[in-house]
Amino acid sequence: MKKNFLRLFYPLAGVAIILIAWHFYVVLLRVHIVVLPGPLQVADSMVTHTKILLDEAWVTSLECIYGFALAMGIGIPIAVVMTYSRIANLMFYPLLVASQSIPKVAVAPILLVWFGTGIESKLAMAFVIAFFPVVVDTATGLRSTSPELLELARSLQCSRLQTFFKIQLPSALPSIFSGAKIAVTLAVIGAVIGEFIGSNQGLGNLLLTANSQLNTPLVWASLVVLSVLGMVLYGAVVLAEKILMPWGPDSGHKL
Amino acid sequence: MNANGRIHPDGGQGSARPPFGRLVNVTKTFETGGQPVPAVKDVSLQFRKGDLISLLGPSGCGKTTVLKMMGGLIPTSGGLLELDGKAITGPFPGVGVVFQAPTLMPWRSVLGNVLFPMEVLGKNDRKAKRRAHEILELVGLAGFEQAYPRQLSGGMQQRVALCRAIIHEPSILLMDEPFGALDELTRLEMNDLLLDIRRVTGATVIFVTHSISEAIYLSDRVFVFSKRPAVIALELNVDIAYPRSQQTRFLEEFTELEKQASIALGVVKQ
Repeated sequence: MKKNFLRLFYPLAGVAIILIAWHFYVVLLRVHIVVLPGPLQVADSMVTHTKILLDEAWVTSLECIYGFALAMGIGIPIAVVMTYSRIANLMFYPLLVASQSIPKVAVAPILLVWFGTGIESKLAMAFVIAFFPVVVDTATGLRSTSPELLELARSLQCSRLQTFFKIQLPSALPSIFSGAKIAVTLAVIGAVIGEFIGSNQGLGNLLLTANSQLNTPLVWASLVVLSVLGMVLYGAVVLAEKILMPWGPDSGHKL
Repeated sequence: MNANGRIHPDGGQGSARPPFGRLVNVTKTFETGGQPVPAVKDVSLQFRKGDLISLLGPSGCGKTTVLKMMGGLIPTSGGLLELDGKAITGPFPGVGVVFQAPTLMPWRSVLGNVLFPMEVLGKNDRKAKRRAHEILELVGLAGFEQAYPRQLSGGMQQRVALCRAIIHEPSILLMDEPFGALDELTRLEMNDLLLDIRRVTGATVIFVTHSISEAIYLSDRVFVFSKRPAVIALELNVDIAYPRSQQTRFLEEFTELEKQASIALGVVKQ
């Protein structure tokens, strides 16, 4: 009980210290609001603009969620093919790795041309930036299946499908989830880049607009909402991990 | 050597029971960097149904390779392997395997792990579940059916692995240093447990170990292997009646057999 309290207390105290320091820095040094608004002004802006912040956050969340789903839905099958087909691996894996040297932001204008200013270009951007870790982590997970378990499968004459679904895929789940955790945070970045490049919706767009109007408190308010959004999405993946992997290290205790 | 080996006399075993499985001049050569490396050379042995035989030898001598060939998990380079009159050419359903590590599936409960072979063989019915409960009780794990492997100690995990290996009533149980990673006391306990299981199920067991006393304690017969390439250096008949208990280890015959095995292994100079 006391332990739980302390685990909650210390992080909150840390945040409080930063906020107080921020507040007094702005007040005592009389920093101009356009340069850096104080935490109270940001909070005030969040209250005044609640509706627009929530509306734009909804748009951005959808972009993130769909983009993340695309990254998982396409990344995992790619990893499976790369793992089980030597030829596909030899042909495309070097290309896949090399493609990661392209700065993702540089691709955004092309995606805009291809997919327009609607939600599609944001999904494409979120996907492009988020799918690589999914592929790499899934492939690593599939390859790290215990050789003894594979031998057991062989001795029982498991079919390839049985071996895959009953042994290799569950073995890879922890790695798939570590890839998913990276992908979900990258999807948020991708969605915001997409909105920066061309959009009239979303938190990224709101942030840019507010910035051009020198409404710095709203810029900061958008940032706060954006980071909350990122944390919520990350938390959702962690929750899914706990539900899908009840045997995980956290739930285990020796009997 | 005639392929239809059953008509051959029982190699002077002095037993009425015909051989159940046999290896004739089995050889295995691995290719390492283009160089052929002999791992197993001309190994011949036979065993009867219900026998518990041990392959005893130093680490890395190739006895595990022999075991894997017996399970059809790796092909031979030469020689003949037969079980129940049929040549072993690949994996077959009547085999149970236990490895040095428990290698359970962490995502399955104890019961789910034990039932895995039945599931794959398409025999996961109520009878299978009842048998799973029975053998889990036999190894002292009643009440742990729903636990995850992570929650169990190493010894308990290995018991689950043992249950998984015998759930489908294999005609031959292959054990690859199954208790090598356990502490001494747990190991002695597991030895007695294995003898219990064998008494109850009548399983034919091929047991690979590098512990001299474990091999003698468990087995009807011990095949002592030399260093790589694996060649049978000595065959020991353990004429100590079952059931055995830890007292058995202090019998004069037992010590004598230990001495013979030690000499064959070269740990005791004659």
